[in-house]
Order: sequence, then structure tokens, then C-alpha cells
Amino acid sequence: MSFVKLTASTLAIAAVSASAAVAQSRENVQIAGSSTVLPYASIVAEAFGDNTDFPTPVVESGGSSAGLKRFCEGVGENTIDVANASRAIRDKEVEACAANGVTDIMEVRIGYDGIVFASQKDGPAFTAFEPTDIFNALGAKVLVDGEVVDNPYNTWAEFNAELPDVEIAAFIPGTKHGTREVFEEKVLLIGCEETGAMQAMIDGGMSEDDAEDACLDVRTDGKSTDIDGDYTETLARIDANVNGIGVFGLAFYENNTDKLKVATMSGVEPKTETIASGEYPVSRPLFFYVKKAHIGVIPGLKEYAQFFISDELAGPNGPLANYGLVSDPELSATQSMVEGEETM
Amino acid sequence: MTDATVQGGAPAPRGSIHSIDARTAKRNRAEKRFRTYGKIAIGIGLFFLVVLFASIIRSGAPAFTRTVVDVPFTLTQTQYEEAEGTLFKTKAYSDFFIAALDNQLREQGVEAEFDADTIERLLGKVGSTIREYYRANENQLGEEVSFSLATSSRVDGYLTGRVTRESMTDSRFLMAADLDLVDRLVEGEIITSEFNWPFITGADSGVDNPGGAGIGASVVGSFFMMLVVLFLSLPIGVAASIYLEEFAVQNRFTDLIEVNISNLAAVPSIVFGILGLAVFIQFMHLPQSAPLVGGLVLTLMTLPTIIISTRASLKAVPPSIREAALGIGASKMQTVFHHVLPLAMPGILTGTIIGLAQALGETAPLLLIGMVGFVARGYPDGFLQGFVEPNSAMPAQIYTWAARADVAFYDKAWGGIIILLIFLMIMNIVAVVLRRRFERRW
Repeated sequence: MSFVKLTASTLAIAAVSASAAVAQSRENVQIAGSSTVLPYASIVAEAFGDNTDFPTPVVESGGSSAGLKRFCEGVGENTIDVANASRAIRDKEVEACAANGVTDIMEVRIGYDGIVFASQKDGPAFTAFEPTDIFNALGAKVLVDGEVVDNPYNTWAEFNAELPDVEIAAFIPGTKHGTREVFEEKVLLIGCEETGAMQAMIDGGMSEDDAEDACLDVRTDGKSTDIDGDYTETLARIDANVNGIGVFGLAFYENNTDKLKVATMSGVEPKTETIASGEYPVSRPLFFYVKKAHIGVIPGLKEYAQFFISDELAGPNGPLANYGLVSDPELSATQSMVEGEETM
Repeated sequence: MTDATVQGGAPAPRGSIHSIDARTAKRNRAEKRFRTYGKIAIGIGLFFLVVLFASIIRSGAPAFTRTVVDVPFTLTQTQYEEAEGTLFKTKAYSDFFIAALDNQLREQGVEAEFDADTIERLLGKVGSTIREYYRANENQLGEEVSFSLATSSRVDGYLTGRVTRESMTDSRFLMAADLDLVDRLVEGEIITSEFNWPFITGADSGVDNPGGAGIGASVVGSFFMMLVVLFLSLPIGVAASIYLEEFAVQNRFTDLIEVNISNLAAVPSIVFGILGLAVFIQFMHLPQSAPLVGGLVLTLMTLPTIIISTRASLKAVPPSIREAALGIGASKMQTVFHHVLPLAMPGILTGTIIGLAQALGETAPLLLIGMVGFVARGYPDGFLQGFVEPNSAMPAQIYTWAARADVAFYDKAWGGIIILLIFLMIMNIVAVVLRRRFERRW
């Protein structure tokens, strides 16, 4: 009966190919994590495939937290070798890793990324912000006339007459993004301290930690929107809303200068130079984490790490800097660390 | 009494069938109105279809042309060895090319202000093309070779109208002043437009190299996934539905299975991705980002569709066929395989192809098994490797491109949608043709 034969041979082929797959060891480096690091990692991965005899690494996105979670699932070919992160690994994550047998982790800092506030090019004149402005616009509880109250502001001009008198509409990275953490620490918290809201909360009987947490709460009345997707989603929301203010990476903004205009923060314009010098306050280091146990097992893993942070790639004149990465002045220290396979 | 009855109950004289009375006219009007509603509904549907296609074609068309710099170039043996000796080899090749082009333009006396940096901004990532060429043709070293190399995405955008001098004022990737040189080069026919074959045949590229991005590798990835889906879901689905429809006894247990198959058909596709990650990758240790795993996940997703359509077409075979076969002494199995199944085949094939088309356009389940991201980098080394080497799929590739910062990738995403639609249309046409050819009406 031909149908039975067909079925049998199909199942046989499937079984053969499946067993071939299991028998074959993985030859490519497998990477996942931060969507901020993804562009840089893809540039390096392409160049790595073009310039060496190793296969091109596979780079997935999904956010720093998701990437580190997969990284910590264990050691072995069916786990990823490298996790990209736009923030440093947390102690909790190191513990989770250790619990699954992932102990020797190499932390590689690739450079710095600026976080910028941008709005529609032809929109209202959002050209200069202070952290206090962002806190007053987005904080869940703000200080009004010496009292800590639920955020009452509807327009930017209500708390700063120099800002346009338009509806507040902000699009900020969602909590799964590493960018959110930087936004909270370098903008919201500073703004909270500078407006005096934090002191007022502590005076009102809160512990310092609670007050800090309260400072990081973002209003939930619809004036601020969490974006869980990529910057392209933020750009689409800004495109559709003339009063919208969005949080972007410097590289993304520089790729879209025809649609966006950028605001200064504390009077400093975001540029690779001002971020490298530390003048522009909202920046953070970018990392990738390597499983030392996979070096020597997965071909090309160490070479990939070394290639990534070589002067030719991650240096000030390399393609990463050209795309918008602020190169790390201490790159040579990182290079010797990877060379010596030093773990955290 | 009788008179009264005659008076009161006398029926109104019926009109001739040639003249339409009020009630018939009303019914006719109602029918006319209904027809108009139907036409309006179809019109609205067609209108949206036309708008959709027009916008897809308009947005996707730029992906199918590319601008190239067409120049002769000579690489010496010493330069080749020097470049091969560096870490970042492709950059060295690209620098040699830029220097050569710079010289050439100066000799020709091109009337524009430019330097090597200007040329670097105009060009795309040319190094890997040059390196690949000379590695394969070492005998061409020292000879003049004519290269067609992609320009940068902004120059491409300038020539297609996406980028204007005004929109480039704040950009550091291409200065407005650089466009003077572009204008001269276009006049001198050094920069020309051509059909973008690399887009059809190529693989994905890094975010700073939109000119090198192609969808070919992910088409191959989709092809291998569809092979897995077809060769697993068709036999399993057909066997399951034949058993359920023709052999199984009707009891609570088979009812339960039936209900659950219908339920499975309604499960969101991302759930199958989670299942695939847990079972195929973490438990069975199949490779990540492999079309084999993608195919297995999509098989699970397609099975209910195939089972439901197969059972429907088995049911549609009239009982008289079965009774006739049984009546002349065929066994139950002979009846099914010799008579019922061949008659149900057109319906089964149509259902399978529709199921495959649905699976072809699916991204969500692939997210979790590592097929979305920077994956598709080349063609597999052989047929069997095609199942296990990391690859992407067409919808996943489109999704990846749409999320990139450079707007040029947005065009690529639309272009990818056109290619995907072409494949879907071909599959649907095949389904229609099969049905037309083999369908029997009773």
C-alpha cells in the first residue's frame, strides 16, 4: 500500500534528520539579550563571519533580563554562550546562575550608550530638559507647594514656564529593558532629589529606601506609556503624536535625525564626545557576559569576544563607534581581561 | 347571513400576472436592496484589498532596486597580503578601494569638494564583497577588475527620493555637502541603479549595512521548515482523521479527543513556541535556531487544521460509495483506501496547503526557539544540514528588519512582504488548481 510506504519512509527521514541533528555538535556561537546591544552585536557578528573562518554567530534579541535568564539556565550546547546586557548583571541573577551550575562568568564591557530624549522634528520646542522636568512630568507623586501629592500636572508649562504649554505624553522603555533602569537612576531619582520630593517623603515618615522606590514610580494615568518593544515602536508613537517625547538610544536617534530632534539634558547636548567625557549625564555602560565553561567547547567563542573588543571594532574609529557606540577609554584593560579569561 | 358572508368575504380581484401588485413590488425592491448591499460589501472589500496591495507595492518597490558604484579597481599582491594580515580584513580592503576611487575621481577632475571620508560615507560595506572575490580569484590580483558595489543607504535613499538635502542637515552619516559629489557621479554614470539581485538571493546583514541585506537565506529556511511540516503533519493528520472518522467507535473518549482537536486549532501560536522551547530544545536537546525545530513547532500548530479539513472532506464522500464497496465484498480498510480516500484527496490537499500557507506566515512561535534576530547569514552546506544549521524564516526576517533603526531596512521589510505574498499566492493558486482538477461533484 503506497500510502503506508510513504508514511513509513517519511517518518524514517524525519528520524534520521533528527538524530543527525542531535549527534552534530553546535558550531556557531549563540547569543541573546539586550535589544540595545543587538545592533552592535549584529555588526560584529557579520564582520566576524566575513573576516574569520568561524561561522557567523546567531544573535537574538529580547531584552537584558530575558537574555540573562536564558544565560543562567545552565551549561551545555543547548544553552546560550553569550548574554548581551545594557546593565550590569544583578546579584540575584548571579545567584540564579550559580544555582544552575553557571559559575565562571566573564563580564565584558564594550562601551557606553547615551540615552536621549527626542521629539518630533516639527513638533513643540522641547529642546532643553533638566531631570526635575522629567520627574515632575512623569513621577507618580511629586512635590507641589511643599506637599507630596499625586501628580496633578497636565502640561509641561504648568511646572516650568519655559517648556511648551502642551499635553504631557511620554513614551519610556518598559521594565524589561535595561534602559529603564538607567532612566530611573539617572533621571527620575536625580529629579526626585532635586525637586525636594525625596526629602519631603523622608520627612513624611518614609524610610530612605521606600522613598527611593516611591521616586521611581511612574504615573499610571496614561500620560506616560511604557514601550515594551524596540525603539522603532517608540518612533512610531512619536510620529503619531506631535506632543510626544520619547526615550531613545543615541545611535537610534542619529539614524533618524530627519524625523527627530533631540533635547539637551542639564544644558549638555548628547554626542559621543560629551558622553565619553561624562558631561552628558544620562549614559550607561553596555556589557556582554561569556560562559567560561563554553570556551574551548563552542568553536570561536573566545575569538568572538576578542574580536568584539578589539581596537579595530570597538575603538573610537571602528564601525561600532561609527554607528553610535561611545567607545570605552579603558578598552585595553578589557582586552587583557578577555585574553586572560578572567571571570567576575 | 349568506348575503353578509358574500359581501364581507369577497376576495379582491386578483390582478394579471403581467401587472405587478404592491406586495410583489415591495418584495422585488427588498431583493434589489439586498443585492446592492452585497455589491457594496464586496466593493468595500475590494477597495481595501486594492489599497493594501497598492501600499505594499509602493513601499516595497524600492527594495528591488539598488544603487551601485561601478568602477574598475586593481588590487596588487602586496595589498592583498597586507590586508589578509590584519584583524579586520574587510576594512583594509575597503580602505584600498576608497583610496583607489579617490585617486580616480581626482584624475578625472570631478568638480566637487571631497576627500576619502566623503567617499567612505557614500559607499556601503564594500570590503566583504571585494575580499570574497579575491579569495576565490587569486589570479585576478594585479589585474583590473570591474566591481559593482553597493552605495550607502542614504545615497540610495537620495536617488529614490527618501532622503533630501533638507532631511540630511543634522545627520553625521551623510552630509548635505556630500550630495554634490553624488550628483556629479550620477552625471558621470559612475553611480547607477540596477535590479537588486542580492536582495533576492542574499542573506541578512548587520544593522550598518542595509545595502547588503537579502531575503534569500531566510527563504531557504522557510523552505526547510515547510518540508518538515509537510512530511510530518500530512501523514499524521490524515492517519488520525481517517481513524477518527472511519474506524473509531463513538464514545465519550473519542468525543473528548474531537473537542480537544478543535480547541487546539484555536490555541494562540506563541503557546506552541513555548512548548517547542521546553520540549524540543530543553528536553530533547535539538539545536537552537534550527529549521528542524521550527518545522516541528509549526507541525504542532498545523495538525489541527489538517485534521479538521481532512475529516470534513472524508465526511463529504457520500455513504453510497462506502456501501457499494462493502457490498461487493471489500474490507473496511480496502473501502477507505481504495474508494473514500482518493475521493477525499482534493479536499485534504487543499486543507494541507492552506495549513502550510498559514504556517509559512507565522512569526510568534519562532521567537522562542531562536529563529528571530540576527540569524540568517548564509545558505546551508548541504541538504541535511539545511535542517539543523541556524537559519531564519521569511516572516521572522521581515520582523527583524522592521525593528531596525535605519529606515532603509523598512523598505527591505516591505520588499520581504512582497516576496512572502508571492509565495502565499502561489500556494493558494496550487490549492485552487488541485481542487478544480480533482474535485467531484455528486
